[in-house]
Amino acid sequence: MGAGHTHALYVHEHSPIHRLPPQVKIAAAVLFVFSVAVTPREAIWAFAGYAVAIAALSRISRVGLHFLLIRLVGVVPFIAFAFLIPFIASGQQVEVLGISVSQEGLQAAWNIIAKATIGASTSILLAGTTEIPDILAGMARLKVPVVFTSIAGFMIRYLGLIVDEIGRMRVAMTARGYDPRWLWQAKPIAQSAGAMFIRSYERGERVHDAMVARGYRGEMPELRRREPTVREWLLGAMLPLFGISVMVAAMVTT
Amino acid sequence: MSPALEVRGLRFTYPDGRLALGGIELTVEEGQRVAVLGPNGAGKTTLALHLNGILRGSGSITVDGLELNDDNLDEIRRRVGLVFQDANDQLFMPTVAEDVAFGPANLGLAGAELEERVAAALRQVNAADLARRPPHHLSGGEKRSAAIATALAMEPQMLVLDEPTSGLDPLGRRELVETLQALDMTLLIITHDLPFALELCERSVIVDGGEVVATGATPDILANDALLRRHRLEMPFGFRKDNA
Amino acid sequence: MHAPDGFLNAGTAVATGAISIGTIGVALRQVQDTIKDKQVPLAGIAAAFIFAAQMFNFPVAAGTTGHLLGGALAAILLGPHMGAIVVTIVVVVQALMFADGGLTALGYNVLNMAIVPAYGGYAVFRLFRRVVPQTSGGVVAATGLAGLVSVVLSAAAFSIQWLFGATAPVTFAEVFTAMVGVHFLIGIGEGVVSALAVGAVLAARPDLVHGASDLDPSQISQQHRVPIRTFLIGGLLAALFLAAVVSQFAADDPDGLESVAIATGIDESGEDHALGGSIFADYATEGLENESASLAIAGITGTLIVLAVGWGLFAAVREKKPTASANA
Repeated sequence: MGAGHTHALYVHEHSPIHRLPPQVKIAAAVLFVFSVAVTPREAIWAFAGYAVAIAALSRISRVGLHFLLIRLVGVVPFIAFAFLIPFIASGQQVEVLGISVSQEGLQAAWNIIAKATIGASTSILLAGTTEIPDILAGMARLKVPVVFTSIAGFMIRYLGLIVDEIGRMRVAMTARGYDPRWLWQAKPIAQSAGAMFIRSYERGERVHDAMVARGYRGEMPELRRREPTVREWLLGAMLPLFGISVMVAAMVTT
Repeated sequence: MSPALEVRGLRFTYPDGRLALGGIELTVEEGQRVAVLGPNGAGKTTLALHLNGILRGSGSITVDGLELNDDNLDEIRRRVGLVFQDANDQLFMPTVAEDVAFGPANLGLAGAELEERVAAALRQVNAADLARRPPHHLSGGEKRSAAIATALAMEPQMLVLDEPTSGLDPLGRRELVETLQALDMTLLIITHDLPFALELCERSVIVDGGEVVATGATPDILANDALLRRHRLEMPFGFRKDNA
Repeated sequence: MHAPDGFLNAGTAVATGAISIGTIGVALRQVQDTIKDKQVPLAGIAAAFIFAAQMFNFPVAAGTTGHLLGGALAAILLGPHMGAIVVTIVVVVQALMFADGGLTALGYNVLNMAIVPAYGGYAVFRLFRRVVPQTSGGVVAATGLAGLVSVVLSAAAFSIQWLFGATAPVTFAEVFTAMVGVHFLIGIGEGVVSALAVGAVLAARPDLVHGASDLDPSQISQQHRVPIRTFLIGGLLAALFLAAVVSQFAADDPDGLESVAIATGIDESGEDHALGGSIFADYATEGLENESASLAIAGITGTLIVLAVGWGLFAAVREKKPTASANA
């Protein structure tokens, strides 16, 4: 929990997906995952279709299925929980390999596993084909408030620096024999976090000075990006359209 | 022809009451390169922050005939480019190109004109290949070049640099010297690196205790051991007369 | 707790999404009023700090480690609105750029990991500050308790969402017990680390702690004497309350909660349930007593969460604007 991965997922390639404007990709990804999330779990064929689409995209984008599968590790804890569900859930019991499990629970577990995996794969493909500054620009184009994307931009920029500094503090503490095992020994760590906050704040003030020195008057300048062409929107729309049609078909036939 | 920079009676006190600058008198002619020397805590960085209007003290600061006041800060900031001691404070955008574009974009540039300005600034520091890189991934020397580019992109008349050689390896230092030599503008360089000052700047001033305590041609200043020692300065080993 | 897609149903995803967007919209407008242009780089770097702080682990017991959630800490250091915004940005960026948490799960992930801990934690902080001495030690103690409760509230919020949007036949009672129980332990770590961190900031730069902005310099000492008693009593009360609540699920005859259930009009014998038939019709529970008890617990918890977050939000909105800082 909370220990997010900060290894950038971007894979440097030249593919039609990489070239698509970021707002197109973000919109397509969100719409597609929504249609996946709403697809009735009984329509197993639908999820097979989604999986094929994901596999195809990983090929077209040159990100590769291997890369995708490795990065899917993040979903494992929830998959593990999902596996537990048939055993702890209530409802009509059914025999699987000699063990009595909840039938409803099995369906629920399948539901979570399928949707979580497809959803995470979509996220990985999005991050894998879009550089971080572009994702920020895409968010801005999709009407996310500039304050929000500006703060996010600064966060991204200084995250690495702060992580490095914390790392150095930790090394210094370890070098002086600090090896905490229990919560009451965590005081130095917590205090170093406090010191880190102060250092970060003071850096923030210096950054603000540097911004002012280059003419900043309170509003981030609009760094224009190229508008997507109609063709690019259509290309991007293919994925969500596929998702929506499969979803509708699944709903209708279930 | 008015001087590039004229500072008269500049005084500044920190919020906690300490006197930082006690009346700075400084004139820099156009095209001059002046080194600002002095011990730590002398007020050199504080002085630099005044030249761009980030800090406001009493006294007057005139840049190429324009006296700094509340109404012309934008123009002053265009004329005086500041390169900070820690390049990380100055590179705050997700990519170098966006950082270099930040200044001119605030000046109102956009589109192709903005792109050309960015490209030109990066060319001046030989860093065209850094454009799409995130600042976090750059080496110390690359960050320094990128930081200088962010200031150059505003097409300033004068560049103020605060400890530009700190953290650079010897070749990085050499590249910096070459970059600065090629610039055709007034330079004010705060530095502890005395040979660097000697190589680049024909004139030097010593700031100590918030005042200018000495000014003159760099070779003369650096030859004056007593003067240097009084202000916690010293030529490095191998450069001194007594061990040449 | 970065839930993936499909964990809760679409209705819950949309509803929590709307709540999150609405709340953050309010928060953004609130900080716009007081936002001096400094706030953007500072908020960004604060966000980076929270993100980084979440990554690094602290020891809990016998070498096992825990991680910070950071919502209460952010609210106390930066103010509740900025705290909520900052942690929201962390969660959103984690989803979009690091594939951590589902894109359709952002609604409840933001609500549970940013909004509830920040505003709820802040509400608890303010509440406890009324009771503790008006010193930096008091601020530290209040922070500790706020940190603990913020994590529990977060887990409780997720459980409430499970009640409405569960996709699996695991009862609210089971989820609530497990989530809240485990997170109470995690919350102890969060509380301790948050308190010590705020203490460190108070010692060097008290002006950077929004939650202590009402203290004058004489009340801030270098060495805080944290009123241990307050800390312990507060923690014990919280633990007792929790134990009482959780134990009701296990009890065969939960009288107190029964009467609450009956009083609130929840029919324990029929199929007409306050929340509608399908959830409980499909997902049978261990016994009818537990069903009404579940509903009662859910009702009480939900009310508490809404009260905490709402009060945190409105208290923050009503706060005096901080005095303008020295210079640009």
